Amino acid sequence: MQVDPRGQRFAAAVTTLVLIAVLVTGNAVLLAGQALVFAIATVGGLRLAPYGVVFRVLVRPRLGPPAELEEQAPPRFAQGVGLVFALAGTAGYALGADWLGIGATAFALGAAFLNAVFGFCLGCEMYPLIRRITTKIRSDREVPA
Amino acid sequence: MEGAIVAAVVLAAATVFGLVRKRRDGVLRERRGNGMAGEPPDEQLLAVVELGERATLVQFSSAFCAPCRTTRRVLGEVAALVEGVSHVELDAEAHLELVRRLNVLRTPTTLVLDTAGREVRRAAGAPRKADVIAALGAAIG
Repeated sequence: MQVDPRGQRFAAAVTTLVLIAVLVTGNAVLLAGQALVFAIATVGGLRLAPYGVVFRVLVRPRLGPPAELEEQAPPRFAQGVGLVFALAGTAGYALGADWLGIGATAFALGAAFLNAVFGFCLGCEMYPLIRRITTKIRSDREVPA
Repeated sequence: MEGAIVAAVVLAAATVFGLVRKRRDGVLRERRGNGMAGEPPDEQLLAVVELGERATLVQFSSAFCAPCRTTRRVLGEVAALVEGVSHVELDAEAHLELVRRLNVLRTPTTLVLDTAGREVRRAAGAPRKADVIAALGAAIG
């Protein structure tokens, strides 16, 4: 399925603002809310992604049609990466390990900001690197013949 | 307070990173320690890539990669335009061993190979058409 890339930029911009608010207030509930948004986008697809819905209803009618569409798989995978960091951060804040809350939220903020401002999808780019590392670990574990 | 400082630092660092990345993205560079006289071509690469007559554009792609599509279009157009140049696209996931050997860190990564299959230039990120044609000049000339 294809999606409007401007919707991704918009969603990343909203995510950036939410994550800045999380860092400033240290509010675990707000971060949990953002984790839920990531989860819906990852599991349900970008059609159901809350910020994407806002974009379609409020922003897109004011813009012209998109110059080009893009595959939803890369941004959807990136939402999954965001989910992992948001969950780790929520756990950190909730359990009083503020360093974990701040650290995980900071990573997610960096990625969301790069996506919003530069259109650069860190989660998408990391995918082959992650695969490289995980398969290396697996092959290292194998018993040599 | 700590969190606000961290937020400011992250935004500043991401801005610097983004600007540097934007400048470097898709630029075809000569690899360090890989001069024209250079090392022999990578045998494992030659095993999976059918070389073009004069030069070959090897593209590493992955499923989760939007700029790979742009790169495919650009390299395909160049291959059609320049006689004796072929475009080969490899799925990074299906060639993980090769990806590691060649130290491909991102997709898309484009390698420009000369007629013998030696790497002459490489770009991480979607390269521009004019730059690819210029790099072919180095591979063929």
